[in-house]
Amino acid sequence: MAPRTCVLCEKAKAILKRPKTGQQICKDCFFYVFETEVHNTITQSKLFSPGDRVAIGASGGKDSTVLAYVLKTLNERYNYGLNLFLLSIDEGITGYRDDSLETVKRNQQQYDMPLKILSYDELYGWTMDAIVSQVGRKNNCTFCGVFRRQALDRGAAQLNVDHIVTGHNADDIAETVLMNIMRGDIARLGRCTSICTQGEDTIKRSKPFKYAYEKEIVMYAYFKKLDYFSTECIYSPDAYRGHARTFLKDLEAARPSAIIDIIHSGEAFEVSEEVKAAQKAQQTCKRCGYMSSNDLCKACTLLEGLERGMATSGITDRARKKMDAEGPAPENLRTIPFFRPPTGQPAVAIEAPS
Amino acid sequence: MSLGIRIEFGGGLELLFCNEKKHKITIPVSVPKDNDTKVSSDSSKELKPADVNYLIHHLRDHLLKERVELFMENGTVRPGILVLINDTDWELEGEGDYQLKDNDEIVFISTLHGG
Ligand SMILES: [Zn+2]
Ligand SMILES: [Zn+2]
Repeated sequence: MAPRTCVLCEKAKAILKRPKTGQQICKDCFFYVFETEVHNTITQSKLFSPGDRVAIGASGGKDSTVLAYVLKTLNERYNYGLNLFLLSIDEGITGYRDDSLETVKRNQQQYDMPLKILSYDELYGWTMDAIVSQVGRKNNCTFCGVFRRQALDRGAAQLNVDHIVTGHNADDIAETVLMNIMRGDIARLGRCTSICTQGEDTIKRSKPFKYAYEKEIVMYAYFKKLDYFSTECIYSPDAYRGHARTFLKDLEAARPSAIIDIIHSGEAFEVSEEVKAAQKAQQTCKRCGYMSSNDLCKACTLLEGLERGMATSGITDRARKKMDAEGPAPENLRTIPFFRPPTGQPAVAIEAPS
Repeated sequence: MSLGIRIEFGGGLELLFCNEKKHKITIPVSVPKDNDTKVSSDSSKELKPADVNYLIHHLRDHLLKERVELFMENGTVRPGILVLINDTDWELEGEGDYQLKDNDEIVFISTLHGG
């Protein structure tokens, strides 16, 4: 087969078929259109203002590694005026997170960005390894998800950052839309497609890769020879998400636009006022000060269950009632440090790239 | 007559292949049309020039160490695995029908592992 020529510059050899458009393009044009589309997503959604302090939620995986590289590139090319930070959460998973954190530390050097690592151990007094040894492998993802979300916010507050960007890509968002439809979770359906959320906390979260296909992110990392870590979490048994992903990949194989089509259908669900009203009003956790819709935030509830040896009390209402019946939380219960939203100066020293 | 093919695995796929990213393999110039990789050379099977489809079966039968379902599905690579032929998206090269040449480099990258 004769080499095909790039449809954009009509000069160089095409190396990629774009899943979104079917266009055949060369390496340089691919870098340019990929970066420019992310730039357009950022400017059209007015994600940033000059002087913003922005933390990139960095796992060492492909998406956040490419995001850090592209944001650094765009920040310089278009003078966004952003102060960029890498923020990593150490869940305490031997053989998984310790290796991926090494990747993040190399990224810190390669991209010349300050890095903050916050561990479950220092925040909650429990590593995921310890949690799994107590709760087994059934509900561990519930603990990890709740703890990670709060840890990111707390890490951001310590960096005095009020905006976290994550590497969620178009495939991830389409997958979440499918899962919310299958669960009938209409309230989440509207929210999960929005590029920026400020819902339950003071710290803004956004997804500059909302319209970026996973295939292009991986190809970008490959052709740029970016250093990323790729191993499945050893505790991740999220079979439901796994099936949604397989289903989505099969759909994409049959029709590449399926991913964007699903995102658009998620966006088309207008969440009615009644549904919104049914969501509980926000307050702060009485124990740790974090945003919560109950007296205790989810992390404090889960932590109390772990500490009192009744780990499922944070998972089901019945188990919660059983724990409450055993009496109030003991005086000396381990708790999460009080949460202070970002204001003024950075509260901690951060590792500057050397 | 045989072809030397350079193979590279990425994105976590190497874990299925002894955790080695790079491999060098040799396959026959002509191979059975049904991609059977275990026949003797004097078999009377119908032949075709070696292509990427055959290569995928060869990797499964001779190099893969575990969990075939993470590599192959319906006679080809599983959706979500990207393939590059000499640093070009295989979708531009005829995918599985691409006819292999001596010293070609084929890269397989999983997109399914972690973000
Ligand atoms: Zn071009
Ligand atoms: Zn709390």
